[in-house]
Amino acid sequence: MSDHEHHHHEEHAKRELSPLELRVRALEALLSEKGYIDPAALDVLIDAYQTKIGPRNGAQVVARAWTNDRFREWLLKDATAAIASMGFAGRQGEHMVAVENTAHLHNMVVCTLCSCYPWSVLGLPPTWYKSAPYRAKAVKDPRGVLKEFGVDLPESTQIRIWDSTAEVRYLVIPLRPAGTENLGEKELANLVTRDSMIGTGLPKTAP
Amino acid sequence: MSYHSHADLGGQDVREPILQEPEGEYFHAPWEARVMAMVVAMGPTGMSNIDLNRSVRETLPDYRDLTYYQIWFAALEKLAARHGISSDSPPPPKQVLHAGDVMARIMRGFPASRPATQAARFAVGDRVRTVAVQPDHHTRLPAYARGKTGVIERVHGVHVFPDTNARGLGESPQWLYTVAFEAKELWSDAAGAPRSVVSVDAFEPYLESRD
Repeated sequence: MSDHEHHHHEEHAKRELSPLELRVRALEALLSEKGYIDPAALDVLIDAYQTKIGPRNGAQVVARAWTNDRFREWLLKDATAAIASMGFAGRQGEHMVAVENTAHLHNMVVCTLCSCYPWSVLGLPPTWYKSAPYRAKAVKDPRGVLKEFGVDLPESTQIRIWDSTAEVRYLVIPLRPAGTENLGEKELANLVTRDSMIGTGLPKTAP
Repeated sequence: MSYHSHADLGGQDVREPILQEPEGEYFHAPWEARVMAMVVAMGPTGMSNIDLNRSVRETLPDYRDLTYYQIWFAALEKLAARHGISSDSPPPPKQVLHAGDVMARIMRGFPASRPATQAARFAVGDRVRTVAVQPDHHTRLPAYARGKTGVIERVHGVHVFPDTNARGLGESPQWLYTVAFEAKELWSDAAGAPRSVVSVDAFEPYLESRD
């Protein structure tokens, strides 16, 4: 038994494990014993997706697009390369497309068939993104979905929904909030929310 | 039809509210994190592939009653059993992900693009109709977009074809397109969708010329 498993056993010794927790533990032990997984690699993976790979990556990409026209054009033309130039690449971001909101167009991303999401720039998807209500409604009633998120767009705004049905992953570049002309990239990134990069929200307003 | 996906949810009548979640809330129990990491770590072992994973998940009979990490786990358990992992001599893993290689492996990713061996049949601006028949296996054309007319908006190159890859029939790479549909083409009762356009990413075999 690895140190890791010891640690877990102590952690949970105080209460009974649920049948599901027992099954998860049993499968991890089996895959490890048979030489398929290295439990220490699981710890590194969990840490990476909790502390290194998340929506702050995407926020930096958006802030750069807002402040640097050449980068913005590159991002719209070849998002995978432009994003990689900032150090964000790889798993579930191998084929990136950036789509830009304008005064007349609002983009929203969904995966109706499963949970496809641009991990390299947004990290792991929130539970609602993977759940039936969002997946069912986003393609048919986008305005209703936006209302649930507290976003009310003018009737004249066209809504564009991207259903990620293959291995292409979409990042929404939201509209830069008014009154932010004097802010730098770093301050702008703080205004960019996860939901604004999925298209279910808008960036925070100027401080 | 013997194949049934429980995951094809686009446009279905689901009334429950969308339960919002703060940024940075990734796991709701320690076991969810272990499941995420196990699924990712099993990638390089060759036990499965992304399309087979999706196929096993979407055909779980209790799919709609499970949370997403429960779905991931149930499918992983099923694949491991099918692969004979608990037998005395399971097939050896192709590659094992070690702790020191994790970040490099994440950064390399698993590109689905493949070299083109023939020209693309469609170009940006072409009108196309999606095939109407639901095949009796894993596929990635959602039901709401079957038998519908749309326009090619982007050409993404040649990618692994999930319909064969999920069945162990090889990658048989196909041209991949973004096809955009007017909401009124998709829904007869699209009350919430005035002035909206929906696109799917569709492989060439899903499309027929409409010109």
